[in-house]
Amino acid sequence: MPGRILALLLKELAGLWRDRKTRFVILVPPLLQVLVFAHAATYDVTGVPLGVWNEDAGIEASELVRRFAGSPAFRIVADISGTAAAAAAIDATKVAAVLHVPQRFSADRLAGRTAAVQLLLDARRSNTALLVQGYAATIVAGFASPAAAAPLLTRQWFNPNLSSQWFILPGLMVIISVLMAMLVSALSLARERELGTFEQLLVTPLRPEEILVGKALPGLIVGMIDANVVLLVSVLWFGVPMLGDPLMLEALLALTLLAGVGLGLVISTIARTQQQSMLGVFALASPLVVLSGYAAPVENMPQVVEWLSRADPVRWMLVIARGLFLQGMPAGVAFVQAWPLAIVTVLAFAAAAIAVRRAVA
Amino acid sequence: MTAPLAVVEGLRHGFGDQLVLDGITTAIQPGLITCLVGPDGAGKTTLLRLMAGLLRPRAGRVVVLGHDMTRDAAAAHPAIGYMPQRFGLYEDLTVAENLDLFADLHGLDAATRQERLARLLRFTALAPFRGRLAGQLSGGMKQKLGLACALLARPRLLLLDEPSVGVDPASRRELWAIVAAMLDEGRDEGMGVVWATAYQDEAARSGRVLLLHQGRLLADEAPAMFLAPMNGRVFRLEGARLARRAAARQAAGQPQVLDATVEGAAVRIVLRRGASVPTAETLGGTALAPVVPRFEDGFLDAIAGDAPPGAALPSEPLARRPHAAGPAIEVHDLSRRYGDFVAVDHVSFTVGAGEIFGLLGPNGAGKSTIFRMLCGLLRPTGGQARVAGQDMLHAPAAARARLGYMAQRFSLYGELSVVANLRFFARAYGLSGAARTAAIADSLTRFDLSAAAESTARDLPLGVKQRLALAAALIHRPDILFLDEPTSGVDPLARRAFWARMGLLADAGVAILVTSHFMDEAEYCDRLAIVDAGRVIATGSPGELRERVRSTALPDPTLEDAFIGLVTAAATARAAA
Repeated sequence: MPGRILALLLKELAGLWRDRKTRFVILVPPLLQVLVFAHAATYDVTGVPLGVWNEDAGIEASELVRRFAGSPAFRIVADISGTAAAAAAIDATKVAAVLHVPQRFSADRLAGRTAAVQLLLDARRSNTALLVQGYAATIVAGFASPAAAAPLLTRQWFNPNLSSQWFILPGLMVIISVLMAMLVSALSLARERELGTFEQLLVTPLRPEEILVGKALPGLIVGMIDANVVLLVSVLWFGVPMLGDPLMLEALLALTLLAGVGLGLVISTIARTQQQSMLGVFALASPLVVLSGYAAPVENMPQVVEWLSRADPVRWMLVIARGLFLQGMPAGVAFVQAWPLAIVTVLAFAAAAIAVRRAVA
Repeated sequence: MTAPLAVVEGLRHGFGDQLVLDGITTAIQPGLITCLVGPDGAGKTTLLRLMAGLLRPRAGRVVVLGHDMTRDAAAAHPAIGYMPQRFGLYEDLTVAENLDLFADLHGLDAATRQERLARLLRFTALAPFRGRLAGQLSGGMKQKLGLACALLARPRLLLLDEPSVGVDPASRRELWAIVAAMLDEGRDEGMGVVWATAYQDEAARSGRVLLLHQGRLLADEAPAMFLAPMNGRVFRLEGARLARRAAARQAAGQPQVLDATVEGAAVRIVLRRGASVPTAETLGGTALAPVVPRFEDGFLDAIAGDAPPGAALPSEPLARRPHAAGPAIEVHDLSRRYGDFVAVDHVSFTVGAGEIFGLLGPNGAGKSTIFRMLCGLLRPTGGQARVAGQDMLHAPAAARARLGYMAQRFSLYGELSVVANLRFFARAYGLSGAARTAAIADSLTRFDLSAAAESTARDLPLGVKQRLALAAALIHRPDILFLDEPTSGVDPLARRAFWARMGLLADAGVAILVTSHFMDEAEYCDRLAIVDAGRVIATGSPGELRERVRSTALPDPTLEDAFIGLVTAAATARAAA
């Protein structure tokens, strides 16, 4: 039995490796995705284009504007006069926000009255708008009472500089490797069927369970390779710390990838062609990513959607990966996420076993 | 003489480094069916596509009805009808809807449409099936519908790419009759047909033959002219002392003999050009009777006339381990239903060790269903099947270990090398260590694959692919070999080499089960079972089956006559019951 599984495994790997296009798809896009996502998809907001509508010629107003200009978060790109001009600049996305200093600002300040400034935000990009509002509030608060800014001392644990890359890369490692494992497995049976080799395979003494294992391992192996490529790039290139136990990370990654492999194999038994199975992977990929909490926290989801997300293996592994990378998550804490993950994996793989058995017999 | 419909001059075409057509010059005449004949990969489709203006030639030119197809294809298109191998029928539309759609595409007005549709439906006998979805038609009916769609615009030049491939013999004859009738009607308008085929008998029936082999024209003449040099060179050897396959091998070893094949109990002999007629005794028989040459004899002469004697035969017999006692395959009341539909209905037969047994039947008759159940690809719903002494229902994996399988289409791993394919199948069949190394080395030499060992399987020429498929199927020295239309579309030389190998295997004790609707392949079988509508309607040797339809009207029936006769008789009996 191990000999026959080995036969299938070696054949699959040789097939993946010998085909130049497949080899390319396995190695290059994951790397590109890491580079593109890590650089482009950051949550940090810097250099936000800001319009300034200053109706006050006083010294206080100039000082406030200077503070905005001096902050790395903002870049003053337009001088605005009037509501119409502000609306036009925001409509044309020339600016993401307009700082409006009314005429009486300096006078109110000097007279000791409450002075107000207005911030007009482009809320079409709601996430950015919220962050911009936060930055602006900090600047204004510091300007209003320099003394009051001192007591609140913030320490960002685990990610002291609040680097988006530190947060994104561990998640990216999980998502890319799960998707690749799923893709490789989804193509495997469909490919045999499309090219007419499936029956030749079925007349050999290979048993259904041997086919299952032989077809599952390549996806797992490819997924592990991709995961480790991302891991190395994250640590060596982006300087993300990897504080946790690497063995625990690899073991739990493998567990997650097996869930992806199971889903892929189920797709593969349904699809008649490789194209169909790719569409199947595509259809599953977005819910897997969206429900995982990669972009929006799971805690903020409506209850029903949150329940649904529990079936998403990526959700559990995402927490584990971030924890292991940034905080060196101890085994006990990891276990809280690992047992639901194990259940999901067992279910996905059982579904694959049933599907493969049905396709083969 | 009228002007030709199409003129082809010095045509060359290729894909990448591969030259597919190498200097073709010919003319297509109106008023007759020109058969473009040759094995798969000879360049038939490429030539048709060039004539249809779908490809640009690398060199040379095609002129159809005065229009140069490289510059002016659009002007010629209205007069050209082209039916590709897999005609683009809309399977989700009915027969009538398909016809209407193509009539719309050709912009036929109401009156013409009425008249032509009525006529085509009558010719094709599809009228009763107007409301049926095209996807639910049989293979033969689909081809007829495709033909009807191609004929709607009433083209002057009709290009048909293997319309009869995958179609049973009866439908094949009908297709030919439809095209012949349409040609008759269109004679005044100067209609002409090019019919590409791998069937030699169609070539023999045509008005003119273009024989294409490896991109070159070997013949461009009327079939009778082509066969003239073969007269007096073809004989039947009776009363062979040896068993018929050994007798054929013995006769093939004689220097005068170009080809010797088994036919029933006799051996069919083709002599070399200019060879003196040997006595029956030197060939190992008692009587030598002249017979009418077939088209294939001429083809073989054209491609292998100068080859040294016995070149097509594999040299050494295959050493065999002793096989288990008892019949190789025992089938008893085997059935398979799909819901209400009975695909296989209580079929019983036995195949002994060392026997070549053929399952012959029209498409959809159930022969592939039987075949698939015996290979373990499909579970029977009733009856018993024992393969190599193992029950297919209870120990399919154990039975599979004892059988080899070669699919109709090349079905090995194209992206892997020859040696990697062999290694995979050796491992899958449980060969390990020294045994595996020895089996692979043996396969490489025995099937002449050593030179191609590291080549990617996908890029191999057709003949080498087939040898590789056979090597993979035999790597574990199975007791039983399953073959699915093994030599359809292969040139006569390769086909002979293949069947000579099968003969050696059978003589060494391997049971061989073949499924086919090619009569040429059936002739090589020791016994045949004719399958129709899910039942075995006749079993016997090719000679016995021919005997059953012999009559005064049909004194020397071919196997195809026997097949059509027996199937028709069975259908009549069913209708009467």
